[in-house]
Amino acid sequence: MTGMKWILVGIIALCNTAGDVLNTAGMKRQGEVEDFRPRSIGRMVLGIPRNPFVLLGIGSLTVSFFALLSLLSIANVSFAVPATAISYVLETFLAKHVLGEDVGQRRWAAAALVACGVFLLQW
Amino acid sequence: MKPESSSHKRRNQWLILVVILSNVIGNVALGHGMRQTGAIVSASPLDYVKAFAQPWTVIGVAVLAGWMISNLALLSRADLSFVLPITASGYVLIALAARFWLGEHISSLRWVGIAAIALGVILAEETPSRTTEAGREPPMQDATFGGKTDSTNVETERNP
Repeated sequence: MTGMKWILVGIIALCNTAGDVLNTAGMKRQGEVEDFRPRSIGRMVLGIPRNPFVLLGIGSLTVSFFALLSLLSIANVSFAVPATAISYVLETFLAKHVLGEDVGQRRWAAAALVACGVFLLQW
Repeated sequence: MKPESSSHKRRNQWLILVVILSNVIGNVALGHGMRQTGAIVSASPLDYVKAFAQPWTVIGVAVLAGWMISNLALLSRADLSFVLPITASGYVLIALAARFWLGEHISSLRWVGIAAIALGVILAEETPSRTTEAGREPPMQDATFGGKTDSTNVETERNP
């Protein structure tokens, strides 16, 4: 069962990262949601079926979600923690190099602190 | 880069609050429901469907659907490398709720972890929420479509 747990952790980390990066790329293409009136939110949601990035991103997060369901049913929540911690660093790297975001020292430090913090929460 | 307007920032802060709360509430409800269902490691969709007989599972999934929509709205307005550390404050909320509401013991290493996350949140909060320009070429355009040849079709996919 331990081997299965680590395979699930790997699936969660990779699909979570791919999902967040694809969703960010897709939503930036679709344009900013200016306000949060039901009409604006509805328009955003209706735009998603025509947005291949977000469709792939949600698909990726769905796989990650079902892997997490499986993991939670056979292991403690804390077992999912390494996957989450790795995602923070991986996603920040991809945000800089794939999405072209300006990731300065502060954001790197923030991502590293959060990743370390998430890891320490296990104890 | 233009400085961020205060109304843009305030709307982001509301959205961040919704994203954090829906994530925490959704995950707690889902975890509760799944523990009552028992082990599922299966490729069969039917076994997952059975998990939905639990009301807590249904509530958890519904709240997480709300989280998905609010998170997408936030990602349309802010950088991923900004959103990630900020929304991690959900961990701090969970730990504080466990300590002061449920009365759970929190070890000193966990307190260090909570402090590290809180510091990360504060550091990220001080950076501008969006560093990619709204009118600029969308990210991943080159990699996926082999680059664009003229600028006239940039806006065609925008909402009317």
